[in-house]
Amino acid sequence: MSTAGFNAQNGTGQPYANGPSQNPVGVQQLPAVNYGVMPQPGYNPMQAKAPAPQGPGLYPSGPYQHIPPVSSYQPGVPPASYPAPPGQPHLTRPPLGGPTPPHSASPSPGPRLPPPQGTPPPPIASTSGYYPNPQHQQPPLMAPAWQYNSAPPPMGPPGPMSTQLRGPATNHVTPPAPYSSTRSPSMSHNAVQPPTSQQGYGQPGGAPPPMNPAASHQYHGSGAPYGTATTMKPAAPPPMVNDTPQPPKADAGPPQPGPPGRHLGHYPSLPPRYQHPASPHGGPSTTHPAIQSATQPYTRPPQPYQQPPPGPGPAQLSPSLATMSLQSGTPETLRVVNLLQERNLLPSGPVSAPTPCLPQDLQKVNCSPEVFRCTLTSIPQTQSLLNKAKMPLGLLLHPFKDLSQLPVVTSSTIVRCRSCRTYINPFVSFLDQRRWKCNLCYRVNDVPEEFMYNPVSRSYGEPHKRPEVQNATIEFIAPSEYMLRPPQPAVYLFVMDVSHNAVETGYLKVFCQSVLDNINLLPGDSRTKIGFITFDSTVHFYNLQEGLSQPQMLIVSDIEDIFLPTPDSLLVNLSERKELVQDLLKSLPTLFEKTMETQSALGSALQAAFKLLSPTGGRLSVFQTQLPNLGVGALQSREDPNQRASAKDIQHLSPATDFYKKLALDCSGQQVAVDLFLLSSQYCDLASLGCISRYSAGSIYYFPSYHHQHNPAQVERFQKDLKRYLTRKIGFEAVMRIRCTKGLSIHTFHGNFFVRSTDLLSLPNVNPDAGFAVQMSIEENLDDMQVVSFQAALLYTSSKGERRIRVHTLCLPVVHSLSDIFAGADVQAMAGLLSCMAVDRSVTASLSDARDAMTNAAIDSLSSYRQSVLTIQQPGLLAPACLRLFPLYILALLKQKAFRTGTSTRLDDRVASMCQLKYQPLAYAMLMIHPALYRVDDLTDEGALNVSERTVPQPRLLQLSVEKLSREGAFLMDAGTIMYLWIGRNCNPNFFTQVLGVPDYAAVPENLYLLPELDTAESQRTRAFVGWLREQRPFFPSLHVIRDESQLKVPFMQNMIEDRTESALSYYEFLLHLQQQISK
Amino acid sequence: MEFPFAAFCFMLAVLLSAALILIAVFHLYVFDELKKNSKNFIEHCYGLNSLVLPEYGIHFCIMFFCATEWFTLLFNLPLLAYHVWRSKPARCPGVYDPITILDDGTLTLCQVEHWCKLVFYILSFIYYLYSMIYVWVTS
Repeated sequence: MSTAGFNAQNGTGQPYANGPSQNPVGVQQLPAVNYGVMPQPGYNPMQAKAPAPQGPGLYPSGPYQHIPPVSSYQPGVPPASYPAPPGQPHLTRPPLGGPTPPHSASPSPGPRLPPPQGTPPPPIASTSGYYPNPQHQQPPLMAPAWQYNSAPPPMGPPGPMSTQLRGPATNHVTPPAPYSSTRSPSMSHNAVQPPTSQQGYGQPGGAPPPMNPAASHQYHGSGAPYGTATTMKPAAPPPMVNDTPQPPKADAGPPQPGPPGRHLGHYPSLPPRYQHPASPHGGPSTTHPAIQSATQPYTRPPQPYQQPPPGPGPAQLSPSLATMSLQSGTPETLRVVNLLQERNLLPSGPVSAPTPCLPQDLQKVNCSPEVFRCTLTSIPQTQSLLNKAKMPLGLLLHPFKDLSQLPVVTSSTIVRCRSCRTYINPFVSFLDQRRWKCNLCYRVNDVPEEFMYNPVSRSYGEPHKRPEVQNATIEFIAPSEYMLRPPQPAVYLFVMDVSHNAVETGYLKVFCQSVLDNINLLPGDSRTKIGFITFDSTVHFYNLQEGLSQPQMLIVSDIEDIFLPTPDSLLVNLSERKELVQDLLKSLPTLFEKTMETQSALGSALQAAFKLLSPTGGRLSVFQTQLPNLGVGALQSREDPNQRASAKDIQHLSPATDFYKKLALDCSGQQVAVDLFLLSSQYCDLASLGCISRYSAGSIYYFPSYHHQHNPAQVERFQKDLKRYLTRKIGFEAVMRIRCTKGLSIHTFHGNFFVRSTDLLSLPNVNPDAGFAVQMSIEENLDDMQVVSFQAALLYTSSKGERRIRVHTLCLPVVHSLSDIFAGADVQAMAGLLSCMAVDRSVTASLSDARDAMTNAAIDSLSSYRQSVLTIQQPGLLAPACLRLFPLYILALLKQKAFRTGTSTRLDDRVASMCQLKYQPLAYAMLMIHPALYRVDDLTDEGALNVSERTVPQPRLLQLSVEKLSREGAFLMDAGTIMYLWIGRNCNPNFFTQVLGVPDYAAVPENLYLLPELDTAESQRTRAFVGWLREQRPFFPSLHVIRDESQLKVPFMQNMIEDRTESALSYYEFLLHLQQQISK
Repeated sequence: MEFPFAAFCFMLAVLLSAALILIAVFHLYVFDELKKNSKNFIEHCYGLNSLVLPEYGIHFCIMFFCATEWFTLLFNLPLLAYHVWRSKPARCPGVYDPITILDDGTLTLCQVEHWCKLVFYILSFIYYLYSMIYVWVTS
């Protein structure tokens, strides 16, 4: 029952009527550790996958930030330096140490690890100061501090005493935490306790003294704040877990098992609090077996940990040093990198979000970066400081993301701040049991009587243990005061183009088949309604009235003044008329087979659909295959094919007519969202048509050159995307409000929505694949604040007719020095936000303006870094390690379809790309910006992930440069919505026979878009890898196998962004350009 | 004492600038409403848009040209130029686009714009009144 309730999203499960019960909370990600219930069984592959691909030991990369702590305690033990027992995949994996950029002082650009002594591990110095370490302490202490000396630790120099320092270190950024007073004693208690067994780690749930859950977390590596860290463990394949003394795991926090003595032996530098796990709780271990097994390996090979710290030690340190990082100066993220000298900047795995420098107790409950990300994980104190740093400040959200575990709370009163209406969240402070202080407006509120009872522990008087206060992401089932009208039913209306052109593409068949297949999977309840409209030069309605033996088509030819022929039987209850609907779907493709009508009256059809939907609201899906050329909303072709490759400004990026915009506003007012599927081979003026979705919070799907015979890859993509589209979760009549702490203000929104008030987005529909971005400014100085919070609250009606509120709260520290701001920069989020801003700029001003603005963003931030943070001026283009990918991303954006000039780009392709940049959640947008390149002809199981009983190899990420390609290999480029498999001419013959199922290179078919299912290890590995990549995103990327002479080689090569093209700079040239501008 | 044409122009200007003041005040009021949680602000925007042309129309200064009041004409030219510039990208929804007005700080800019206009209209009201009496008396 509990899992069901907790998996319940969109009303698929039953929430608890009387507040959450213990289990539900226990199983979900965040509090899992809190309550000592290690979530294992219920993991879905997505969860497990997310964290896994990470190679240990690179940057603080990977979706979970578990790397730093131990590395900081153990100065620079690079994963590569662990003597790998044979057969330990992770250790033997070549990429491990490779991509780690060497310390900047070392000029060598290669993957060579600098010698141990050469590594100045800044954080180590202080951490070892913290936690006296007989073995490693001294050398690190001597580490040069020049890189961060401009950023004096705010709390003064690191103290020598571990236990004492613990306090200040936390307090430093600690806002009044709800349980801080009680925790501290427990903490110090832990610190002096001799370590007994690490197994108590996960245990506190058993019989926890009130504060234990919080305290137990202190053992966690500061970098393992999110549930993901824990969730990943059960997912880790047993072999891997057993064989791999993977340092990050150790970092991740669960202290090592085994008797204390051994413990100390192996981890001499482990801070006391790491060494003293849950000893206070004692008791039998309730730790999950997975955890145990995950931790055990660390005790087995004792030696590696005692090695002197070689090379990339600092590389493993991340901003996530949590409590200590501010103290310890600025860690890895501020390491100076000379971009001109270091080439291998890409980590081998996915680039992860930096972790905010928060005290662990706050960080561990903080919102997941997959849902909520800020471009600066350390918020500047004043606007002038922000201006000085010259980096964009904004948030990127993915609020309705599919979460595998989500706490759902039902209660008659939802506790909110009385003045700013903020929902109670983990970052509020409890003044006493009956009063709490809002963390956004600082008003003191009363705790309602009902809130005093904690359904999780079934105890009274612990408001700070309620799930609302333990989870940064939570969903409430809203009582009736959150409804303006009774919750609407799920209503789906499909509007299809059936002109000659549309029939020619053959999409109708695929569509009807897809709806037929998924008709029972459409989210909804017994009230679900469905309807169909088709149009060419006239609009056709389908009467699905009760009693009809077959659907009746009603044709309205008066398109200038459209009306509904029979208002009540066009939109019918799906469950009551399912057979009629199925009849219609079966006959529809044949109905228009012979049509010769070429005109398209889209505008009128949309008006009709709007009229049909306006009483209820709902989802309107439009399938269009050509330029609408009749009636209202008719458009003319504006594209001049000769201008496609123009290096000058691109015209016609803004809509040609306001018809679609106005209609979208009307739709938004009536809670109708329009999703646009554009399947066309010619110009369709997406810039105008797209408005209909953009302002009604719909989504835009673009299938260029769709044809059922000529383009089978596109057909497959359409099928898969349509399936996802039809079956994914949906929220109706939604609004989202983003609040932030007093002093900050939100000023510009990006995404598909309509801004209805200064902080309120109107979303007639919300879907789990929609991302949003907002820009912020600092209006008042945040002088006396240590942290600020942001809260996104999404109020929606689920497809089951429940009103629900999903609340995400993010907490970030406030800093007052420039170096701290730089240390907290999230380069991916910055690239994402800049791309949104650039799209706006290209529409309102011009494309060249937008391009200049992006280049300037890179120049500004790097020159500001050079001037204000660096104290020692060196030649070269210097960047802090956290921004080392920034110029690369900017260059990638400049070469992106949306913004490139000089390369032939169809206007619709460009606009579609712009729409996607604004609308895709960051994780997917990043692949569009900077595709991932892997070598796949030599996939091995080394370092592979185990996902739902499949072994997924993890090849390392390659730079996007032709120099990385070789004729002897096969390379997979993952560009988000499309994947290219490039086969070298002299590729291993094995690859042809075992993976592609052809004898040799010449036999590779021209249009191969499927990997044959061969029963060979190579084939299985390749397919597992491709399948795994596909599963990670909600849309379906088609795969194209390309040879040297393939047509698709051109787009493939265009994605090689580090290379020079006729019209664009190479990466190195771009860096030189930046350097020139900066040194001006 | 005859009533010169210039004085007539000024008298007209006094009345018209009074109207302009009212319009500016109304704009400011609506902007304020928009900043709060206005339910039907699309209508508000369309309402404002329908006021734009009258406002720009009322602020016409040809009469001063006819009356050869060069200084007064000069005094009004900047605003005239601004109005021409402002209405140039007159896309269909008008000057106040409900889609962007709450986004991107547009609303704040509009408020500043109308505060400035209000000050300008009040100043011109006083100036026209003074000029009217002056022209009348000295004639």
